[in-house]
Amino acid sequence: MAFFIGAVAAVLLICLLFIIRLYIVVKTGSNHKPGSKGPVAALVVAGSGGHTTEILRLMESLSAAYTPRHYVIADTDRMSEEKICTFESSKQHSDSESQFTIIRIPRSREVHQSWSSSVLSTLSALCYSLPLVFRLRPDMVLCNGPGTCVPLCVAGLLLGILGMKKVLIVYVESICRVETLSLTGKILYLISDYFFVQWSSLRDKYPKSIFLGRIV
Amino acid sequence: MKTVFVTVGTTSFDELIENVTSSEAAQALKSRGYERLVLQVGRGSVLPDPESCPHIRLEAFRFKASIAEDMKQADLVISHAGAGSCLEALSAGKPLLVVVNDKLMDNHQLELARQLHMDSHLLYCTCSNLMETLRTMDLSVLQPFLPGQPKIFANFLDKALGVL
Repeated sequence: MAFFIGAVAAVLLICLLFIIRLYIVVKTGSNHKPGSKGPVAALVVAGSGGHTTEILRLMESLSAAYTPRHYVIADTDRMSEEKICTFESSKQHSDSESQFTIIRIPRSREVHQSWSSSVLSTLSALCYSLPLVFRLRPDMVLCNGPGTCVPLCVAGLLLGILGMKKVLIVYVESICRVETLSLTGKILYLISDYFFVQWSSLRDKYPKSIFLGRIV
Repeated sequence: MKTVFVTVGTTSFDELIENVTSSEAAQALKSRGYERLVLQVGRGSVLPDPESCPHIRLEAFRFKASIAEDMKQADLVISHAGAGSCLEALSAGKPLLVVVNDKLMDNHQLELARQLHMDSHLLYCTCSNLMETLRTMDLSVLQPFLPGQPKIFANFLDKALGVL
């Protein structure tokens, strides 16, 4: 009986610690400055079609300080790999240290996929995302909307909660989103460290977001 | 030769293709000085024959690796409301008429077309008033579309992350 009470108390304590850690990790993102210690390792999530186009526009503007760049694409995405390779080969590298990799993971959810099966496929994606993020230990995850990024961001968050590494979550909502956030945006709004929107009507609705005008 | 380029992106939009190749539409375009009509029909079931339109020179295809050249040669772009198509036309600096497919269920794509219309970057209609629009539209009201500024994002991120 005492053992049972002890076990329940231990579980509750762990949950409480987890919640406290989650709160601390989410709230202290802006204090973390990985750039001051050296190159910023980036995990970049490339969704299909327009998502990849937008994320590469953003990557184009980033300096060589952001390296290595790990691009993660869904296993069913055929076109993003080519776009990424073309983009990376066109970047001028003054130093040989700049590098990139491309990694495939199962897609969290296909367009129009039912909600019940989405839960299962998202969990499956999480099983890939956790070991991947734990292995790569990026300084930041950069993403812009495809469902694929949710498990990756959650994995990054977990790394911080466990005290292993602070992974900054940088989310840029698509230019297509003028009045409403995407589903991914709504989920990640709560846990991202930097959440960008590209139209002022969204900045008004989501006060934690950053509005710099159109950036793609 | 003044050219109109019609694009439906990766979708199918048979109603637009049929309407824009009708003799009424061809005549409306001709009266505005357009002599060539190029159609990108995507997954549509209608792929018009070049011979089928006597009033105007017609070309049609489904997909290309890049439509940048077609955009460049166009004097007017008529497009579905897809964000990629709209932004590509506007970035090429072309006058743009967006035809909204009101048969589509999920129309969050309309948000962008609607906003760009409010900012006077494009004109807007549906298939039912396409003819009237082609006859009466005034392209001179359109405002130039300035490209997005990813450098502003980069500068912000560098500062936030302490990149030296």
